[in-house]
Amino acid sequence: MIRKEFQHIGRDPRSLGLAFGLPMILLLIFGYALSLDVEQVPLIIWDQSRTPESMRLISLFSGSRYFTVVGGTAGYKEIDRALESREAMAALIVPIDFAAKVALGKEAEAQFFLDGSDANTATIALGYAEAIASAYSQSLSLAAIKKAGHRKGNLPVEMRARVWFNDDLESKNFIVPGIMAVILMINAALLIPLSVAREWETGTMEQLVSTPIKGPELVLGKLFPYFCIGMVNVLITIAIGRYVFLVPLKGSVVLLIAIAAIYLTAGLSLGILLSIVTKSQLAASQASLILSFLPAFMLSGFISPISQMPWPIRTITYLFPARYFVTVLKGLYMKGIGISHLYFECGMLCVYTLCLLALAVKNFQKKLA
Amino acid sequence: MQQLRFEKAVDVTNLEKRFGSFVAVNRISLTVNRGEIFGFLGPNGAGKSTTIRMLCGILTPDGGSGTVAGLDVRAQSETIKQHIGYMSQKFSLYEDLTVEENIDFYSGIYRIPAHKKKERKEWAIGMAGLERHRNTMTGFLAGGWKQRLSLGCAILHEPPILFLDEPTSGVDPISRRRFWDLISDLAMQKITGFVTTHFREEAEYCDRIALIYRGEMIALGAPRSLKSEESRHQFFDVSCRNPLVAVEAVRNLPGVRDAAAFGTSFHLSTESAQVAQEALGFLHRGAAPDAVMEKIIPSLEDIFVSLIETYDKSHQGVSEVNQ
Repeated sequence: MIRKEFQHIGRDPRSLGLAFGLPMILLLIFGYALSLDVEQVPLIIWDQSRTPESMRLISLFSGSRYFTVVGGTAGYKEIDRALESREAMAALIVPIDFAAKVALGKEAEAQFFLDGSDANTATIALGYAEAIASAYSQSLSLAAIKKAGHRKGNLPVEMRARVWFNDDLESKNFIVPGIMAVILMINAALLIPLSVAREWETGTMEQLVSTPIKGPELVLGKLFPYFCIGMVNVLITIAIGRYVFLVPLKGSVVLLIAIAAIYLTAGLSLGILLSIVTKSQLAASQASLILSFLPAFMLSGFISPISQMPWPIRTITYLFPARYFVTVLKGLYMKGIGISHLYFECGMLCVYTLCLLALAVKNFQKKLA
Repeated sequence: MQQLRFEKAVDVTNLEKRFGSFVAVNRISLTVNRGEIFGFLGPNGAGKSTTIRMLCGILTPDGGSGTVAGLDVRAQSETIKQHIGYMSQKFSLYEDLTVEENIDFYSGIYRIPAHKKKERKEWAIGMAGLERHRNTMTGFLAGGWKQRLSLGCAILHEPPILFLDEPTSGVDPISRRRFWDLISDLAMQKITGFVTTHFREEAEYCDRIALIYRGEMIALGAPRSLKSEESRHQFFDVSCRNPLVAVEAVRNLPGVRDAAAFGTSFHLSTESAQVAQEALGFLHRGAAPDAVMEKIIPSLEDIFVSLIETYDKSHQGVSEVNQ
């Protein structure tokens, strides 16, 4: 049974592509494209003031890695056009009296426009812009305090922030591990139903149920090859994450692989269960898309944090194994925590897996109707 | 595999299967002797496959009881599976595996002991005539080859009973002929064959046949005895220019049991020669002045058609009441 399944997969380039190609493509696409980091926001500048003070402010923007100055301009119309054509996503206007106000120690204003059609980027860019502005004003006040005669100028409060677990706040550090949860689900919940349903459709399943083979043997025979493929994908994902995306794995590799194996089995059992119920390739793959792939994507905390979801949806996330696995992944990759912090997640994954597997075996009656 | 001792290959009473309100198989009772080729005939949708699936243990009957190979069809369906070969109409082979890989797979599934594997494989390849195509992808094989390979796979474990569900559909006549020779060979080795088909001429290969129609068994017996039983009626071949019109004209005459178009002529079955002569006269006066009538010995086809027509006539009243 197992060998036959391997032969099938080997023979069918489409299966092979789905098994290995799709995960890799996903990994690369997400790794590179789904960067939630906002860097090098194209910025257009209208410097009305043209003074050393305004130049300093602008140089703080252009010197930062978050903004790239794409041009200077003179007039609201051009700013309008640049934002509309997406040549620039932000515009900075330094008014003509900027230097004068700074010199007088008055409140100097600079105008900042943002293309809000990409709300996420805009919010983050706004944060950066404010940080730059406040750094500039801090340096101004500092200079003023010094000027006023204090030898050691000091600001009343200075917050020194340090981000733990993901020092550079790089999104790939959690996207690359998180994608593993999605990849495994594709493996599990898409390929297995296709394979089982194909047997129903070609009539070979009818033949199989007429033979003395036992139900659990059949289920496990189907499961094992895809388990192997899944585990190969786990290793590939870990390797690509480590060597291509340079995502550090702080926790134990062995623990990661072990938990991935449990999660994979849960997905595979779900896949088998679905294909037993639906019996057609199309229905099975659609059902698995809705029941496994989307939850792995949307409800796992991979893209958006679970704590930010409204409570009914937050409760639903507990129903899907991806939630636990993503927590494990984040913990292992970024925090480097050990098993002692993950008992709940591991326990839930185990329970989930055993229930699904038992259900799959039980429901796989060797009957047609 | 341990040898089973059993008298009747199949022995069922009042077997019944319903899908919702639709009665697919309505209280069928039959016995099949060892080493017999038992034909199960009927039009598509009559309940042939459903019956065979119940006997093979892959459908649970809703009513009735019985044994296959001496084992209870309800309680011991998994054990039955060890002692039967089943071949469905779809030739359940893996098209993306080679001939040898298919055989290897099924010999694994049937748990053929290692020392017998090679011998059984060579036997199956030889039987199917696939010596030169061992490593061909099964998907590329012609229908007749697939069919024989499928048969080979179904009997790798040398089961004493073989269930074949429309084994010859989609296969050319020569392969069909060859296939029936194989079944006859197996019957010589005391292997029971339970074969469904909707090709009437194939019934002639069977020792006994059952005719199933709308879930009910309407005739059972050896082909010869069915013929003689029915031949108390008179069968005629009537040729005329427009047989379809003529069939409608005579169908409801008193004493006419059945009239069915048959190529360029039509077959008429009546209760007596007298009735036939009257019908011919009736045709000459109206629908078919050119009709020529000839007495024939009925084929199984004639007998089945007439049995089915009789069944329909006798049930017409019932179904109208039901509606």
